[in-house]
Order: sequence, then C-alpha cells, then structure tokens
Amino acid sequence: MANTSHGIGGLTFDPKKRTRPPELNVLAALVLIIVAFEVLGQLVIGDSFLFNTRDNVDTLFNEQRLQIIILQVAIVGIIALGVTQVIITGGIDLSSGSIVGVTAMVTMSFAQVAVVNGNPNPKAIFGAEWMDLPVIVPLLVGLACGLFAGMVNGLLIAYTKIPPFIATLGMMVAARGAAKWWSKGNPISFPTDSYAAIGKGMMPVAIFVVLAVLFHLIMTQTKYGKHCYAIGSNEAAARMSGINVAGHKVLVYTIAGALAALAAIVLSSKNLTAQAGMGVMYELDAIAMAVIGGVSLQGGRGSIIGTCLGALIFGVIISGFTFLKLDAYYQEMVKGVIIVGAVVLDQWRQTKKGRG
Amino acid sequence: MSEFILETRGLTKHYGGVHALTGANFALAPGEHVAIMGDNGAGKSTFVRQLTGVEKPTSGQIIFDGVEHTFQSPIEAREAGIETVFQTLALADDLDVPSNLFLGREKIRFNLGPFSILDKKAMREATLAALVKTGVKIPNLMNTIRNMSGGQRQCVAIARTAAFKSKLVIMDEPTAALGVQETAQVENIIRTLKGAGEPLILISHNMRQVFDLVDRIVVFRRGRMVANLRKEETDGQDVVAYITGAKTGIEYEGAA
Repeated sequence: MANTSHGIGGLTFDPKKRTRPPELNVLAALVLIIVAFEVLGQLVIGDSFLFNTRDNVDTLFNEQRLQIIILQVAIVGIIALGVTQVIITGGIDLSSGSIVGVTAMVTMSFAQVAVVNGNPNPKAIFGAEWMDLPVIVPLLVGLACGLFAGMVNGLLIAYTKIPPFIATLGMMVAARGAAKWWSKGNPISFPTDSYAAIGKGMMPVAIFVVLAVLFHLIMTQTKYGKHCYAIGSNEAAARMSGINVAGHKVLVYTIAGALAALAAIVLSSKNLTAQAGMGVMYELDAIAMAVIGGVSLQGGRGSIIGTCLGALIFGVIISGFTFLKLDAYYQEMVKGVIIVGAVVLDQWRQTKKGRG
Repeated sequence: MSEFILETRGLTKHYGGVHALTGANFALAPGEHVAIMGDNGAGKSTFVRQLTGVEKPTSGQIIFDGVEHTFQSPIEAREAGIETVFQTLALADDLDVPSNLFLGREKIRFNLGPFSILDKKAMREATLAALVKTGVKIPNLMNTIRNMSGGQRQCVAIARTAAFKSKLVIMDEPTAALGVQETAQVENIIRTLKGAGEPLILISHNMRQVFDLVDRIVVFRRGRMVANLRKEETDGQDVVAYITGAKTGIEYEGAA
C-alpha cells in the first residue's frame, strides 16, 4: 500500500530490530574451536585442552596454556589493531612485518648497555656515549621509525594513487633491506634493564589490552573511526561529503606503522635481542587475525573487538595443534586454509545479504 | 534580499569543443518548485553540476540568496545552502542512518581534531527530526543502509537535505531506479517540502510526476533552455514538443 499521508516520521529505535553484531558469530566460532580441541584431546590423547589435569596445581583451568595462548598472540595482535583500521578503510598493509624488523634493530641499538659482565658490550652498535640511555630514548626512536615508514606508505597511497598492495609491498621489501643493512646482518643484544622490563612476563598482554581498548573507543566513538568506515564503504561518497580522504589515509597508515613499531619494541624487549629477520610473516598473521575476526577485505566492515576475537582463535588453533602433538608443518597449512576460508565466508555472507 | 532565491545569468559550460550548456538564464522564486526536463544530453545534468559546484562553469554568473557565488567544490555549495540528491547515491552502505546524514559534518562533543568525540545522541535526535520533517519512514535508524531498499535509501539521501538548514534542494532523477510504491514515498516527501516552503529543482523524465509536483517546467534542448512553462498553461504534448524540438519556443525571459 502506498502511503499517502505525509509528515508521520519513521519508526525509530527498536532494539529488537537491530541486526545481530557479526562479532557474535566470531565468538561462537571461538567457542566451537575450543570445544573441538577439548573433544579431540579427550578422544586422541586422553588429556584436557582447557581444564587442569595436573595434581600439583590447584586450579580449574589449565592456566599455563591459556597464558601462553594470549601471550603468543599479543604482539602480533598489536600489529593487527593497525591492520584492522587499514583494512576497514579499504586498504591493505603488507609492510608491518618488515617495519617490525627494522624498528627492532634501530630501537635496540639505542637501548644497549655499555658493560656486560665486566666486559664491553660485544654487540655494540654505537660508542659508549650512546649507551645506557634512559628508556624514553629507544622508545621515541622506535616510534619515530614506525611513524615515518607508515607515513611514507600513506603518502604514496593517498597522493600517487597506487594501490595499497603495491605501496606496502615496496615498503615490505625496502624496510627488510634496511633492517639487514643496519648492522650488516648482525644481531643486536644486551638491552638496559628498564628496556627489558617493557616486554617482561605478561607485559605484552597488558600493552595489547590497553591499546585494544583505546582503539576500540577511537573506532566507535570518534570522527576518525566514522571516517574510516565511510571511506572503506564508499570512497566517492566520503569525498563528496567533504571528508579529507587523502589526509585520512595518511593518518591511518601512519597509525598502523606506529603500532607495528610498538610491537617491535615489545618483541625485542621480550627477546632481549633484535635480529634482521624479526617479524617475517607477521603482516600476514595480522591480516589473518583481522579477517578471521570479521573484518571485510572490501572495506567498511569489521571492528577491533572482532580482531581481538580473531587473534584468540588464531592463538587457540596454534596452541591446540601443539597440544594434539601435531607436526608444526600442519599448523601453517591449516593457517592458510583458515585465512582463505574466512574470506570465502565473508564473500558468501555478502552475496546472501545482497539477494535478501 | 533579491526576489529570487537562485538566479543564473548566461551560464555556459563547454567541454573542449562540446557546448554542453549555452547561456542559461534561470530564476527560481522562494518556495517555488521547478522541474527541468529534456532528452539525455540536453544539458540538464550539466546545468545542475554547475549549480552544485561539481564543475566550474566556463562563463556566466550564479546568484544564490542574493550573493554571487563561484563554488569550488560540492562542499562549498552545500555550505551555502544548496543540498543535492544525486542520481548516483552518495551514501556509505556500511553506516547507519544518522552517520550517513551527518557524514563529513558530524556533531562532536569534544574537539580533538580528527579524534573528536562524536555526539551520537544529538545526531540521532536531529536525524529523527529530519525524518519527521520529511515524512520518511525507516524501520530502524541504527541499521546500516546496506539492508535497506532502494526507496528507503533514496529517502535517507533526501532526509539529509532536511537535516541541515538548506535553502534550496536539487534532486537529480530521484525516482529513476525506484518501484511504484517507493516513488510514491519520494513524491510525498517532495510535497512535504512544498508545504514547508522549501524551493526545489527537480530533474525528471516522468511527465506525470512533473505535472503532479511542480509549479513550472523548464525544458532544455541541445544545451539551451528552450521553454519556460507554467504548469497551468501547458500540457504533456506541449512539453514533449519542446523536448523533441518539434516546437521551438521563445527564448527564456527571466522569471515566469
């Protein structure tokens, strides 16, 4: 029936008619995977995945395993927070792993101690006057490194209009080269105690959680977040609405670079050393976490919460495979299958919605 | 205050050697609804693109609300008070209704540059008011545009014009892709605008719709304005004759 009356106004906010947030599906998948490993564990090796089975420890859950799961995804998770924002704007960042490499090398050089066990630092990069610096120096140097690399990505993408895939691929190769050039391929070690404290124990998890909360708020409550979704959803409309699309892209890639740098700082601090090969494949793991968490590669859809759940799924699967004593090679194969599967699922969901 | 809300004098646009629009003298009185008709390539859309700042005219003047403007971008035209509903929808599919209405000019609570905190509540309330004003019915404001029908999306695009204090609304074939019922809904909105005294320029191919809704019909042919007809003094056949060139009218002379 065509309605002929006017000025009635719309039905407005009906919580029942809200579409189910896609994060719920990801959460369901996470629970399902944990249950699957639990069942497989009981059947195949007669051990529990989730619950404590040792007599000398008095806890309900296998806390050690849970800690390892979150600890091993926390650092790549920090990168994934930036990658999520990039993908939401409709881009991609392949350079984050290499930015981790070069930032770790440069940062570690500024965090070295002068004397190791009474002898001069055998891995010294600079002279003694550049050693035993306060922790703020390597932190700022590292962040500047990531900000610079990210900004170059952003400027290339926003102003030369080359596809993000190509721009960040170039940065991936170049930054890896820089990481190797920095110390002629030698590892850099022996950081100050204050630098080593950054990634000690569960600190990486704490840092990841703080950053995740911060960026969740930024993506949901600020103009920046709204514009990320708008650009990824319909770039032409965003431009016509007066959003500074080029400037926004530079900002997004710069933030992603800075987050990769933070991950490098935490990682090198945790490992007490930096190597040129650090962070290889991290960019793909980070993208995988985002995609598993429901971030659409077409842009416009996804959330920080989704990515955090995706990171947990990622960690649970790796841990589960170790728990089932399966070969490490299977892990990588399955990782590949999961990434492709998540994208196929996303595409399929979209076409289904489009028809309905 | 001039007697017209919008006036163009000798508005001309050439794309290289193609004379898409030549010497358009157009005037719109406050509260008036005017339809622009003409064949494809007659210069209708070119005319609108000059008014909305999407393109810059080769020559000629645009006087809007008593001031001469040279719009550098659609944003400037919009800030001056010209709201346009484009043929291709300028909506972000993955955002909800308030976000789309306020895209690029969000209401904020704290100004922190790009990280300014959004005032979601104020935007939701303003959206509601705009929907009431235009009579648009949307099942749920907080749903993304993606899940809405073509008509609902078009209504959101139109409601955007009402959310801000626009002085002139331009609609470029707003019902071209809509079904019967959705078209009726959009037409109702146009009537509501008429009732509220908002001036409107409507580009349409739909003769019935034009005769239903507007006060005056302006016909373009081959880049020129060939007719300026009051609705009461013309009929469909007459308009078609002008559109096809079977009849060539007197040059357009100011307002009707």
